[in-house]
Amino acid sequence: MNRQQTDIALAGGRMHQSLAHDSGRKHVSGRAEYIDDIAEPAGTLHAYLGLSAIAHGEIVSVDLDAVRAAPGVVGVLTAADIPGENDVSPPHKHDDPVFAEGRVEFLGQPVFAVIGETRDAARRASRLAKITYAPLAAALDVDAARRAGGTLVTEPLTLVRGDVDAGLSRAKNRVSGRMTIGGQDHFYLEGQIAFALPGEDEDVIVHSSTQHPSEVQLMVAHVLGISQHAVTVNVRRMGGGFGGKETQGNLFAAVAALAAKRFNRPVKIRPDRDDDMIATGKRHDFVVDYDVGYDDDGRIEAVDAVYAARCGFSADLSGPVTDRALFHADNAYFYPDVRVRSEPLKTNTVSNTAFRGFGGPQGMLAAERWIEDIAYALGRDPLEIRKANFYGQGDRNITPYHQTVEDNIIDRLVGELEASADYRARREAILAFNRTSPVLRKGIALTPVKFGISFTATWYNQAGALVHIYRDGSIHLSHGGTEMGQGLYTKVAQVLADAFGVGIDRIKIMGTTTGKVPNTSATAASSGSDLNGMAAADAARQIKARLEAHAARLYEVPADEILWVPNGIEAGGRFVPFTELVASAYLNRVQLSAAGFYKTPKIHWDRGSGRGRPFLYYAYGASVSEVTIDTLTGEYQVDRVDILHDVGRSLNPAIDLGQIEGGFIQGMGWLTTEELWWDEKGELRTHAPSTYKIPLASDVPPIFNVNLCDWSANREETIGRSKAVGEPPLMLAMSVVEALSMAVASVADYKVAPRLDTPVTPERVLMGVERMRAGG
Amino acid sequence: MHVTLSVNGTEHALDIDPRTTLLDALRDHLDLTGTKKGCDHGQCGACTILLDGKRINSCLTLAVMHEGDAITTVEGLSTPDALSPLQAAFVAHDGYQCGYCTPGQICSATGMLEEIAAGWPSHVTDDLEADPALTREEISERMSGNLCRCSAYPNIVDAIAEVGGAAK
Repeated sequence: MNRQQTDIALAGGRMHQSLAHDSGRKHVSGRAEYIDDIAEPAGTLHAYLGLSAIAHGEIVSVDLDAVRAAPGVVGVLTAADIPGENDVSPPHKHDDPVFAEGRVEFLGQPVFAVIGETRDAARRASRLAKITYAPLAAALDVDAARRAGGTLVTEPLTLVRGDVDAGLSRAKNRVSGRMTIGGQDHFYLEGQIAFALPGEDEDVIVHSSTQHPSEVQLMVAHVLGISQHAVTVNVRRMGGGFGGKETQGNLFAAVAALAAKRFNRPVKIRPDRDDDMIATGKRHDFVVDYDVGYDDDGRIEAVDAVYAARCGFSADLSGPVTDRALFHADNAYFYPDVRVRSEPLKTNTVSNTAFRGFGGPQGMLAAERWIEDIAYALGRDPLEIRKANFYGQGDRNITPYHQTVEDNIIDRLVGELEASADYRARREAILAFNRTSPVLRKGIALTPVKFGISFTATWYNQAGALVHIYRDGSIHLSHGGTEMGQGLYTKVAQVLADAFGVGIDRIKIMGTTTGKVPNTSATAASSGSDLNGMAAADAARQIKARLEAHAARLYEVPADEILWVPNGIEAGGRFVPFTELVASAYLNRVQLSAAGFYKTPKIHWDRGSGRGRPFLYYAYGASVSEVTIDTLTGEYQVDRVDILHDVGRSLNPAIDLGQIEGGFIQGMGWLTTEELWWDEKGELRTHAPSTYKIPLASDVPPIFNVNLCDWSANREETIGRSKAVGEPPLMLAMSVVEALSMAVASVADYKVAPRLDTPVTPERVLMGVERMRAGG
Repeated sequence: MHVTLSVNGTEHALDIDPRTTLLDALRDHLDLTGTKKGCDHGQCGACTILLDGKRINSCLTLAVMHEGDAITTVEGLSTPDALSPLQAAFVAHDGYQCGYCTPGQICSATGMLEEIAAGWPSHVTDDLEADPALTREEISERMSGNLCRCSAYPNIVDAIAEVGGAAK
């Protein structure tokens, strides 16, 4: 094993240190408080949603008398009870009602909420509604949506560089095809939940399991028809988010707040796991149609592709998600002439939403598909084709959106991984094994990742932090980022501790609240520590400047002779402990509080022209996967995985390694075992872990060598020269698909690209083997 | 219905609906919120507790069935100042991310190590007669009833292996 290990420190406070997660002791002892663990005030009520029973139809009648009359029921809420807007659409398109009105657009859409004295009473009563519908035709997937006229939920995007038609007709070789890419349920262990407490006037406090407290605040205000300042949204931690709590918490928070104000009692809403899976959005499924031209060396000359996505019934984040798919249609490859188009299709399914990678994974998975097509057509190792198409240094470095790739390290990174994983020798050994093995076949593949970092909505790239130092020297840290297990709170506290030269135990990390830092962005796009770390550093800089000026006056030394040393300062050679400095600063009326702010520099994006620099930088990585398949059953195992990943100068290697390992495994689940399945009526039949299989401990490859790229430093001025880590590792799992593909291809002597769609379930492997046996 | 539950060494007299699961009794009636509700179907393991030292999904059993049983939840494995060896190892190995599955993982691992010590074989044990070895494969197999969506599995297995004294 060559897995990077890092000694985890339980105390300290430097950047780049493997400091233990700030909530670690609480997690292991059950004392970390999630929203369902908050002590309920007397009189707390519980809400439960009533869901639609058909995928598309006019609501003819709604009879809720039996619901109201059920034991323990306090009241029922429908669209008619909403004082403000019946809409929680993140892009404000008025297509995402809290409660369906007039018609339902997917099976499982909330129509009403019942409020009961207990969760059990509310849940039982929710089943007693009598709703009649006049059914309408339901388009459930991309093909059906196209047949029905191809209604889009949002404006599509086209990226063009060069002349794709000329490039294609000039190319000596052509390949065209279609790839179908499945979606993914977030399956955050802590489901959606909101807990609202009514206050005086219009005030309401909402504890919401959300990655985006400021948006929940705005949505609750809209639904209640009140100002944002009356709504306070709090979240200390989430039990997993993965994008599933970027917008999907809005509705639950709105219902809890609506009920809390209506009945003037605290109200909690927490759907059952099945309802959570049925009624909340998932990763987008894509169908990608492509036409690619290439030369005899496998160099791509032109790419023309359409990325159609099942978006569900409303826009939600489908615009930026399908945009990001196009931004990653190149993965790490240069396309001389390119045209990629998105087709965000409206379907009568739950509205698809953010999920770690945000369209990027689907974009680059298709790129790996045509790389593979080319390799099989030319009879070459796909890795050679990948290398032949990597972005160049200085030339061949313009993306389809006209951003220049300035920080390319993919050649070196892939070269190192190829060597450390012993890729060439192992590939030869596998080719030899497959020649003589009648039933079991092996495959190996190396795939790269290049992922753009920054929100493509430029205004989202801002963050705030609020830092107080109290007169006893203890520090209070608030910022706009949310903690969902990714270690953001620990990393930002490290930034602050490093700035002041103190231990992290001096810092109290406050739960995120809209009352401390306003107008924050979602903790998403892997941007949490980039943005909030810089905002905290800015706050520290302001306070430190005041303390330096104070110390210079007090100790009568020039300001440039004040040095920050561990646990205090040196003023003209004299050590002053931090607590003493703070105490004297207070007595001398020095402000010991600061609001920090950061906005990402350099980025700009013009969606209309498809040009700009949407990303400050790129994060890189690569993985090698080896698999064994059983050609009689399609069953397989992932035998070994090697990863080399770039996080710049890691803010916390232990946390980053965890993100990489976890991201890979979650990505492997998406691409292998996690299959979402709707029946012909539009009912999700994979709505619990019994039917929807996420990875288990026993699914982790027995050999799993994960390493950070220790020589990398961000060439941009990010916090500590680190790079974002949340999403990029998920896409490392693409090598599992490609390795399975090689094992399948062996059945037909690697003459035909197997073109496996995802998830590559054992059934799909077996179907692929059968296709190979039938001659492709 | 009246029932007396012995939880973490303390007796609690409860008057509850007989349909109340042990999980809901712990969380909603005894305010022991360390035990988490993940799926409420016995499929995710977040609600794992120890019943007379054996691990069980507390969402799949009724509270009234457990009069007289010794129930141990994650809160009963340590004091705030002194973590159990497994709890300390999870901290030292970063065996969690969001933490929501962690109490279940800890309780499950506590029970699992006892099962191995008692010689119980698993699906991946080669020799059903011999004492099972505490390999990574055995640990992973035996912990496969506890889902971790963050997939902190490599570190979870490291932590358990260290406490179990496994050959790595």
